[in-house]
Amino acid sequence: MADKIVEGRAPVSQKPHTVESKENGDIGGLIEIEINGRPYSVPFGITILEACKRNNIHIPTLCYHEDLCLAGACRVCVVEIEGIRTLQAACAYPITGKIKVWTTSERVRKARRHILDLLLSEHYGECYSCVRNNNCELQTLAKEYGVDFYRFGHIKEKRYEVDRSSYAIVRDMDKCVLCKRCVRTCIDLQEVGVLEATRRGYATLISTFMDKPMLDVICINCGQCINRCPTGALRAKDPSDDIWRAIDDPTKHVVIQTAPSIRAAIGEEFGLPPGNSMTGQMVTALRMIGFDRVFDTNFAADLTIMEEGTELLLRLKRKLLFGDETVKLPQFTSCSPGWIKFIEHFYPEYLEYLSTCKSPQQMFGAVIKTFYAQEMGLDPSNIITVAVMPCTAKKFECNRPEMNSSGFKDIDYGLTTRELAQMIKEAGIYLPELPKSHFDEPFGDASGAGLIFGATGGVMEAALRTVYEIVTGRPVPFENLAITPCRGMDGVRQASVVLNDVKDEWKFLEGIELKFMIAHGTANAKKVMEALIRGELEGYHFVEIMACPGGCIGGGGQPIPTSPEIRKKRAEAIYKEDAELPIRKSHENPHIKYIYEKFLVDGPCGHISHKLLHTHYTKRGKYIV
Amino acid sequence: MPIINDTLFFDEKAHGEALERALMMSPQEVVMEIRESGLRGRGGAGFPTGTKWMLALSAKADKKFVVCNADEGEPGTFKDRVLLSEYTKLVLEGMVIGGYAIQAQKGFIYLRGEYAYLLEHLNTFLERMRKENRLGDNILGTSFSFDIEIRLGSGAYVCGEETALIESLEGHRGEARNRPPFPVNTGYLGYPTIVNNVETFACAYIVMSKGAQWFAKYGTEKSKGMKLISVSGDCKKPGVYEVPFGITVKELLELVQADRTKAVQIGGASGICIPMSEINRNISFEDIPTGGSVIIFNEDRSMLKVLRNFMEFFVEESCGQCTPCRVGNKKLLEGVEMLEKGECSHRYLNELIELGKTMQIASKCGLGQSSPNPFISIVTNFKDEIMSNSIRGNNGR
Repeated sequence: MADKIVEGRAPVSQKPHTVESKENGDIGGLIEIEINGRPYSVPFGITILEACKRNNIHIPTLCYHEDLCLAGACRVCVVEIEGIRTLQAACAYPITGKIKVWTTSERVRKARRHILDLLLSEHYGECYSCVRNNNCELQTLAKEYGVDFYRFGHIKEKRYEVDRSSYAIVRDMDKCVLCKRCVRTCIDLQEVGVLEATRRGYATLISTFMDKPMLDVICINCGQCINRCPTGALRAKDPSDDIWRAIDDPTKHVVIQTAPSIRAAIGEEFGLPPGNSMTGQMVTALRMIGFDRVFDTNFAADLTIMEEGTELLLRLKRKLLFGDETVKLPQFTSCSPGWIKFIEHFYPEYLEYLSTCKSPQQMFGAVIKTFYAQEMGLDPSNIITVAVMPCTAKKFECNRPEMNSSGFKDIDYGLTTRELAQMIKEAGIYLPELPKSHFDEPFGDASGAGLIFGATGGVMEAALRTVYEIVTGRPVPFENLAITPCRGMDGVRQASVVLNDVKDEWKFLEGIELKFMIAHGTANAKKVMEALIRGELEGYHFVEIMACPGGCIGGGGQPIPTSPEIRKKRAEAIYKEDAELPIRKSHENPHIKYIYEKFLVDGPCGHISHKLLHTHYTKRGKYIV
Repeated sequence: MPIINDTLFFDEKAHGEALERALMMSPQEVVMEIRESGLRGRGGAGFPTGTKWMLALSAKADKKFVVCNADEGEPGTFKDRVLLSEYTKLVLEGMVIGGYAIQAQKGFIYLRGEYAYLLEHLNTFLERMRKENRLGDNILGTSFSFDIEIRLGSGAYVCGEETALIESLEGHRGEARNRPPFPVNTGYLGYPTIVNNVETFACAYIVMSKGAQWFAKYGTEKSKGMKLISVSGDCKKPGVYEVPFGITVKELLELVQADRTKAVQIGGASGICIPMSEINRNISFEDIPTGGSVIIFNEDRSMLKVLRNFMEFFVEESCGQCTPCRVGNKKLLEGVEMLEKGECSHRYLNELIELGKTMQIASKCGLGQSSPNPFISIVTNFKDEIMSNSIRGNNGR
């Protein structure tokens, strides 16, 4: 399948260009260049920016982003090349000759300063009232270049209304610097195409289709644009004021759940390098803030595995044992709300392939407002459920009208990692120095399987650990339960396990090669869907899709910045923690056993769970609905 | 009065049979002939046409494209319109010759949206060429096949820039690409593509019919051949003139019978504005290059108004992609407004001139790189006039 990748929507201009050489031998070889008068040997064809990075020469950038195709639009990274009249964008200039580069010559410094002055003259907004204060690339550049006055004036009036219509994303175009990272993110990485430059010249504006509000355009709320916006032009809709109010209200029982990927990233908001897990400290901080109960979404992830794994086995049974041809396979995961909205809009005819399971967040909400309320003797109308998610699409998901099977909103507020960190800071807490503590009962600490949901491939790995063991009675045949084909960062991955010596009740699965596929980023999801439509997924059983590159650890609510390296570090932190946990399979989680004994008494995919833990989807197509 | 006896374009008898001659030669020989003629791009940048074609010919690809840049949008140019409507054969067969030279299969005419009225004429002409086997499969009985399609622009000035033009051809927003790679290597749909001005193709036709030596007789050492100049503004005889490269501005002014001239804008909005003290300079790639626009202003004109007009044009016509051009032109326009109100200090004016110099070197494409030209040349050459308002105050930024 991988070799039949369909062409993306990105225009050629935005794609990295191939470097052609007269002597083919040059490619892969080294070339001698001079930077700032010193000799360097760099691979033929890499950009000046890349060559400088490898040799620890700093070049400022703004529109450049490691995840995206190049733009060469902001011109902040211009450098001087001997013999060329004009300055060249270091991010876009491939080295194919023995050039002499000057990165800080007088011409370069003056031009960069002018460009910054021009950007600042148009940038409306004050740093101290901006969500990106102290984490803004424009602010950083201004400091780096010693900007101490507005050389070309400064805009004094607001020009655009702030668009707060979306459940997830707030757009403030007065802060936009037109770097087009959001445009490239939405087109190249996600293939949704919400945003594009409109108008021309000085009037150029990043806009939606016909300037419609975000709520009225086909947006999957993934928030990847927010993570790549260098300024505060795009941000998440922050519900923390409402949450504070609920905490302060003594009649409310405020319950918070934290998603698996939060712990691996929240440390970054407190200045720690990526890859430091902060699980115990985070739980302590949440108690200090005043949440009445602190639960681990990993528990709900374990619950999801039970439901989703069972659903897969039931589909296989109906199809293979009973010959029911209406059964749709492969089954697609349904825990990523960005992916759900993507498929509802772009492939509405294929919703039956989706697992009917709610996402862990929503399952947990339903359980809290029923089982938990019952156990604790609480009135569910007084329970406020908050979910800390790496995700902005969760803000939309919790407001879906169908997500109220308990009679109340499953989840009242979706909070991002960034917003939680802000609340912790506001409470005067420095997270890294806190003592560790455990999540609250009755859901307690969860399994490693639930934890690895946070990384792309994690749901698949968790499901396999359970499904394989249910069917064969043996653990998955991978050393230390690490199903390595599920891991990694390739956009589309596939693998299989053969089911041998199965238990009697699963005889129809004897000898079957369970084939699965994993994709992350909706541009890759699109490739998988197109392959499905072409009939190339025949024989596949299970497909995991995450809307965000890297899965939840790269979610739209995670700390800014993001890069392939940062996402890799966060994933490593999660897998490391999984390996150290005593329980690593969802079905072995004692709290899961407890809830099926006490509450979901007719078992996974039974009547009660169907009412509370499963959902249905909407054929949206081009309509917003 | 300069003596202009020869004309390349306007003398139909001189046209000859370029296509027949070219097809008898090898593509390499055609490229060499163009190279020897010294022909340089007529759009204004003056890149040697033979070199461009050579690069495209040597690029390895299964498809190659020829694009005729007929997006004649530079304020004050209207010579391509004349060529397209009255000397159609030179342009279209020039394109076929270009196609043969680089071994392309397909050509596009990117026609300015405002020239839509020429569509019918051009299509009729193309149809006639197809009937006469001068276009289509196995042209004139050779193994060379080539066809031409017309695409209409939508009115963006930036689409005259070759890479923005290609983006537009591909159906995208007209915005300049990063260079390198250049279109000769990675052009339309990623294939090697030559983009040449209408007049360049007509010149290529003349070169192929009369020979490189004959063509190179005209012009200066580094600017061979004749140049079409569109003259407008304050003169008695505006119009399209064919002059040899090297003609002085003074000679041109006499030719078009301009009097009481104060300033001459050469090269359109993106060109430079010279005062009378510089009219002995000549039009050539060595001195003042131009795509063909000459606008004459007499003593009654306000240079600030002239400048304001140009800057308003660029503020609107920048594609908006890169910072120096998008915001820089706006700042220059604001500077003009301050000058009009007498609120621009000498210090700030110098700051703006420096900004203009940054735009010239840091903008992404030719549009932004040349847009400060009128600002810099007018405020430098007519400083007394444009600062005359500032007597009232000197407190600006």
